[in-house]
Amino acid sequence: MIFLSFALRNLRRHWFRSLLSVIGIVVGVAAIASLGILGGSINLLVANLISDVGDTIVITPHTAIGGTFAGDPRTAVDATLSSREVDDIRRAAGPYRAIPVLQGADEVEFGRGETGYTRVIGLDPEDIPVLLRLEDGRYPRQNQPGALVGTYLAREYGLSPGSRITVGGEDLRVAGVLAERGFAVDINPDYAIVVPEGWYTGHFGTRDGYAMVIVRVGDIAAIDEVKDAVDNRLNRREDVVDIVDSREMLGQYQDIYDQITVFLLGIGGISLLVAAVNILNVMYIAVTERVSEIGVMRSIGVMRSEVLRIFLYEALILGVAGSAVGGVLSAAVGYAASVAAIGVFTAGTTFGEGFAVFNTTAVGYIVFGMAFGIGTSALAGFYPAWKAARLRPVEAMRHA
Amino acid sequence: MSGEPILRFEDVSKVYSLPAGDVVALDHVSLTVEPGEFIAVMGPSGSGKSTLLNMMGCLDVPTTGKIYLSGQEISGMSDDDLTRLRRDHIGFVFQQFNLIPLLSALENVEFPIVLARGREESRQRATEVLAAVHLDDALFSHRPGELSGGEQQRVAIARALANDPDLILCDEPTGNLDTKTGTAIMDLLAAENRRGKTVVMVTHDPRIAAYARRTIRIVDGRLV
Repeated sequence: MIFLSFALRNLRRHWFRSLLSVIGIVVGVAAIASLGILGGSINLLVANLISDVGDTIVITPHTAIGGTFAGDPRTAVDATLSSREVDDIRRAAGPYRAIPVLQGADEVEFGRGETGYTRVIGLDPEDIPVLLRLEDGRYPRQNQPGALVGTYLAREYGLSPGSRITVGGEDLRVAGVLAERGFAVDINPDYAIVVPEGWYTGHFGTRDGYAMVIVRVGDIAAIDEVKDAVDNRLNRREDVVDIVDSREMLGQYQDIYDQITVFLLGIGGISLLVAAVNILNVMYIAVTERVSEIGVMRSIGVMRSEVLRIFLYEALILGVAGSAVGGVLSAAVGYAASVAAIGVFTAGTTFGEGFAVFNTTAVGYIVFGMAFGIGTSALAGFYPAWKAARLRPVEAMRHA
Repeated sequence: MSGEPILRFEDVSKVYSLPAGDVVALDHVSLTVEPGEFIAVMGPSGSGKSTLLNMMGCLDVPTTGKIYLSGQEISGMSDDDLTRLRRDHIGFVFQQFNLIPLLSALENVEFPIVLARGREESRQRATEVLAAVHLDDALFSHRPGELSGGEQQRVAIARALANDPDLILCDEPTGNLDTKTGTAIMDLLAAENRRGKTVVMVTHDPRIAAYARRTIRIVDGRLV
């Protein structure tokens, strides 16, 4: 205990220098922990946003350069699937439901004179209830045309069942409002209009332009089997389609956000490294200016290990104080940053509502940041402390 | 212990290797110090007085030769063993006082006691020793920087006595003090010697050396 109080007094003797080192650790720990919390929050949020998991296969026209990640801008090449290819997919999918999707865009008038260029999705009326849920109204039927509008579109333009809209000059009645779907791996109708396939082909005059086919497998175990079957049937001679399942896509998103988290942690790590160098420097100065004092202590019977302890305690006190303040601060900063980031990521949606920033992951990052701060301080303090302990008493005393 | 000299040097040499060449600080020195002696070590600057004292205090080890402390040969000892020897059997008094600036007078004396025996009764023992060197109670809580040179040297002597050592080694104990204060400090050391402590003191002041009952002269690392 005498050595601990010694360390404390030494730190107080140079309180300003000690304070600066503590601030360095505070910033480092706060950075690493709050950036970790931010990364974790984004990750969790994304996992929340991606609604369907596990049982969906999405088959898109093959794009020579695009790889398989749907988010890659190079995949946005205007390519479509023909009816024959859709039939082939149906056959390959066997008992599972294959849902061909038409996708286009047109100018839409929303009744109050407001117009906008909006995505239009064409689906077989029988497939619509399988794929999409309603918030209000009814599903359209083949002989009873009507449009379904995405929830954000409905909210923005005040649309409800019965409202009238005009798509590319053609009048259409709103049959229902779709429930919020978020970042689905297949289609994102929250800002789109969904119409029956018959109306779509009549309006756009296309029959063969399917954007994708969604296969609802229902059984995770069968996913690979169906993928292989489609691949064998369609990609035998050359790649005609790209096949991705929702697990894979989820994994790809997860990878991206994991990388963001690692990147953020890296930035935090760098600031902690700077703090460590600062502690190393401060401890080094402390040892250098106390060389003769160390010599005196050694001459009156202080052991090497005890000298080591004095200086290690000093570094640890700086580390513990900095990490404690940094931990508290990171809770506040991490919360604020997460709330702001969630605000940006979910602007105009309801996904951010009720999302808890403080969860075990966040607490984990705070603990990790603090442990890292204390560990770094101890490590930075070790070399100067070791040097101090190795000093020969006679030479050290002569240093005065 | 009886009959055993407290210190015995057997043909001890110390050579420092410097870039400019080897410097022989001690050249085949043999001597014995009997318990209860008061010895002055005299010689010009650079003659090897301090090296001799450091060797006596186990602060340095000889290049060749053997040193026995109460019959125990020290050259093969580990750093921890030497440290323990210094802590329990040797008291140092330096010219620069060398008190620890962060600690009060009382704590400076208490420090070696805590190192050797822990906190129990350390305060009481430190108080007794400080009283024995006639330091005013009011100064116990003062830091070294707040004390005069004479007061600091009293604290330093108290620190040297704290663990009741057999041997007190003094390096120019009055070198930084005026004559009157120096005399008072020497009276203290002489009193400790009368109480049975062995005192070895390096000095170049003949008036101070006169307190000793034996004088060792050293020139160019050799005893003369």
